Amino acid sequence: MCLGIPGKIVEMYGTEGLPMGVVDFGGVRREVCLAYVADEVEVGNYAIVHVGFAISLVDEDEALRTYEALKELDQLDELEWMSEIGSGSPTARRDAARGAGEGEAPGTAVGESGA
Amino acid sequence: MKFLSEYRDPELARSLVDRIRARSSRRWRLMEVCGGQTHTIVKQGIPEVLGESVELIHGPGCPVCVTPLEQIDRALNLAGRPEVIFTSFGDMLRVPGSDCDLFQIRARGGEVKVVYSPLDALELARKNPQCEVVFFAVGFETTAPANAMAVWRARELGIENFSVLVSHVTVPPAITAILESDDNRVQGFLAAGHVCTVMGWEEYEPLADRYRVPIVVTGFEPVDILEGIWMAVQQLEEGRHEVENQYARSVRRDGNLPAREIIGRVFELVDRQWRGIGEIPMSGLGLREEFAAWDAERKFDLAGIRASEPAECRAGDVLRGRIKPIECAAFGTACTPESPLGAPMVSSEGACAAYWAFARYRGAGTEAAS
Repeated sequence: MCLGIPGKIVEMYGTEGLPMGVVDFGGVRREVCLAYVADEVEVGNYAIVHVGFAISLVDEDEALRTYEALKELDQLDELEWMSEIGSGSPTARRDAARGAGEGEAPGTAVGESGA
Repeated sequence: MKFLSEYRDPELARSLVDRIRARSSRRWRLMEVCGGQTHTIVKQGIPEVLGESVELIHGPGCPVCVTPLEQIDRALNLAGRPEVIFTSFGDMLRVPGSDCDLFQIRARGGEVKVVYSPLDALELARKNPQCEVVFFAVGFETTAPANAMAVWRARELGIENFSVLVSHVTVPPAITAILESDDNRVQGFLAAGHVCTVMGWEEYEPLADRYRVPIVVTGFEPVDILEGIWMAVQQLEEGRHEVENQYARSVRRDGNLPAREIIGRVFELVDRQWRGIGEIPMSGLGLREEFAAWDAERKFDLAGIRASEPAECRAGDVLRGRIKPIECAAFGTACTPESPLGAPMVSSEGACAAYWAFARYRGAGTEAAS
């Protein structure tokens, strides 16, 4: 029930004083109430839409940062784990993952920037 | 689709699974409190891939499922009245009441309409001034701003033939009730990303602190959920108990302020019955006195409608995370989506329906029962 789908705002207007707009969800367009994002919204923004209401604007920098951090960590893991093959114990492998987690880990990065 | 497909990347998911498994020194027990997350978790087989590192306990995260039988019966009563057009989100229609469901009321000639947005129900009231349009306002905090807006606009535009049957619940009191119960097994929570998109996470901080449990605000895609689990496991391994935010692309610490403001203007905290769980103090939202004219419970005489839960359905144990759906003897035998005993088998976000939808669990209920 708390389903929220990201879509791109393609049109904005007012209906009897209520901020409304049209949001494109990968080709499907719907009318959406923009009252709760009205202070900051612009055409072209992505919004999370729930039962016909935009409940947030997607923070695109944050989305990219999370994804990139995860990607980077993924590659880092592979490099580290590859170098461990033959010599690495399960503990060493765990520490490698932990070390990565405390550095550029998405968790840490997201937690701090979100706070 | 942008902001969806990236978070379904199987490579990233696999890497997170590896890290969770490597980091867990014991089997941690985490609860997710959102039916959407439960659905993704079961669909993707996350419990199986995590194996012995993490047990996921499915919490009371489906508003349809926790709506009390009494409130369903009131909805059915209203929907059967000739002057009423009863409107609802689609997933309420097959939820069993004491005698029937909304679909059956419709088959008997009742006007029951599914709406996408509560504003659609308001529009229907405007177009049908000779009818009473009632909207079934069910949901967690995520849905509260939308439902509050419909009532707010009804007053603003002077639409008097519109009212709402409210069954709103809030998440933090449910988390408290779970943590306070004697047989609690939960060591950490994934908080629902869209509930927190509206409310922020300030109200979870005293919970994390008081009960010493990590709480990670988490999104809905497989990579989101695995990252949320990964963050919670790291906290548990390090002995931390903080509120962290995995779903930073949508959630800010203080949530959505205009949405919170209108929720506060239209609703107030009330005691609320949770189906299968019982009453949780101050766990629901009810309309404030100044909106009494749009409150279906006050507008129509519904107070006499009382109901008690069927004994065969163990929805309460499922909703509290005491048993998995497949541990219920009725699962897949006496209870299926075609003839459900309880709401968790009906709603697409109910834990029982999620287990049923992914066929690998279907034989399990019969095995457990035999």
